[in-house]
Amino acid sequence: MTSTLTISHLTKAFDGLAALSDVSLHVAAGERVALLGHNGAGKSTMMKIILGLIAADQGDISVCGAAPGSAAARMQVAYLPENTAFHPALTGLEQITHYLRLRGESPGLAMGLLDRVGLGHAAKRRIGTYSKGMRQRVGLAQTLIGQPRLLVLDEPTSGLDPVSRRDFYTLLDDLAADGAAILLSSHALTEVEARTDRLLILSKGQLVASGTLPDLRRKAALPVALHITPHNGYASDLMVALPGAIAVRGDLHLTCAQDEKLATLAQIAELQAKIEDLEILPPSLEDIYSHFSRRDGQ
Amino acid sequence: MIARILATAATEARIASRNRWVTIAVLLMVVFSLVLAAAGSAPSGALGADRLSVTVASLTSLSVYLVPLIALLMSFDAIAGEVERGTLPLLLTYPVARWEVLLGKLLAHLGVLSLAIVAGFGAAAVAAFATDSAAGSGLAALWRLTWSAVLLGATFLCAGYALSSLARRPSAAAGLAIGLWLGLVVLYDLGLLAAIVADDGGLFTTRVFPVALLANPADAFRLFNLAASQATAAAAGVGAAATAIPLWQSLLSIVVWPVVALGLATLAFRKVTA
Repeated sequence: MTSTLTISHLTKAFDGLAALSDVSLHVAAGERVALLGHNGAGKSTMMKIILGLIAADQGDISVCGAAPGSAAARMQVAYLPENTAFHPALTGLEQITHYLRLRGESPGLAMGLLDRVGLGHAAKRRIGTYSKGMRQRVGLAQTLIGQPRLLVLDEPTSGLDPVSRRDFYTLLDDLAADGAAILLSSHALTEVEARTDRLLILSKGQLVASGTLPDLRRKAALPVALHITPHNGYASDLMVALPGAIAVRGDLHLTCAQDEKLATLAQIAELQAKIEDLEILPPSLEDIYSHFSRRDGQ
Repeated sequence: MIARILATAATEARIASRNRWVTIAVLLMVVFSLVLAAAGSAPSGALGADRLSVTVASLTSLSVYLVPLIALLMSFDAIAGEVERGTLPLLLTYPVARWEVLLGKLLAHLGVLSLAIVAGFGAAAVAAFATDSAAGSGLAALWRLTWSAVLLGATFLCAGYALSSLARRPSAAAGLAIGLWLGLVVLYDLGLLAAIVADDGGLFTTRVFPVALLANPADAFRLFNLAASQATAAAAGVGAAATAIPLWQSLLSIVVWPVVALGLATLAFRKVTA
């Protein structure tokens, strides 16, 4: 696969305060990559540098083989800003028509684009009367103009209800299938886990993790929690047999490292007669995200 | 390139009409022009000039104040408004050059301003023709006033874009625009007059004063129209200097200023980061 976006050793500081330090990454054609991080982690700054809206202090960036912000790059990149805004006096249809003309596309495509994001019914109403979610859809519609090779989406699902969110990811799947590279940012890992190919976690301007969710799960090596409900009267027996366990309201809590999981389970299985139920709780997505996003900050 | 400029112009024209700017600009020009046409009808017999020529002299003075004001009111929000609404970053990621954006906005705003000027001057001309059958001899002066007022408007529209880019906040841009209007249209002439009085016919009056008049687009506009008009006598004050400065010099000033102002606006817009 060819790389649509390549960033190497990107550094940016605002008034001496590091916003991004030595960040390197790449996004291939047809790949959906999620950029995660807290507020102020550097997500929006990185996106603005990719778009050429602000200049990097150091590092090399190649966007579709061109310099960020160059005419060639802008022809092939679509952007959805955080908190998308439009002129309130224009209708959705007029706004999209305008964007189509700026990209040299036929203005007749506007209605189809608005239909694609589920905004056809409100196309002729002024954007000033739209809800936040509807404005977000106008923003989304304009990213579909032309055949962008790279989509940079800054918190694209904020303001969307769960159903719209699912529709949005379906749109992304189609775009990626057509060969577009997609970089989207989000606060929450739970929101992007199932619908992206790779995750990048930024913390305080540094790229602290990169990989698929199973990759990150493995790298984080967070302990697995086991929850055991004993048969009546066997709790103390089990406590003796499993020295690491702690009693919580008659049940037993046990944690073990990933690589000890099978051994621990085997040990528990031997005590089968004394156990009523067993639950295994893998580390949650939030646990994994917190693990990475905190690690470098402390 | 042309398509992108025209697309921007069409959208801006739509916004201007939705924001009532078209109505406001046309009403302002028509009302003030008609008031002047009515007020100017009294002394015309004494001067021996036709009614329209006298009206043109009055309209010249009106335009010096009103055209820059309307132009600045329409333009101060152009860039700062985009920054404040948050619409600029997205626009700048589109394959459109900044000067194309500016030129598109200029086309739309200048169209609105031209409409207002033509409506205002037209109304005054109709009033002049209604009361004086010889008004036709003033038509050339009226035509000259019209296109030079459009050029004056273009200069101040671009000045408004430049201030809008420098200020980056609509409130600050509005303050700067009013300051520029006061400075160039009101205080500049007062300062020059004060300097002439103090100088009492010395080097300032003969050398610096003509250049100072030509350097100010509003004064150059007034000079050009009064010097070319048959009704110079109807205007007092700075207009008296009109005879001393060759016509081509004031013409050059009013033609060159819009280009210079657009250049300055482009430079200022380039410094705006999203």
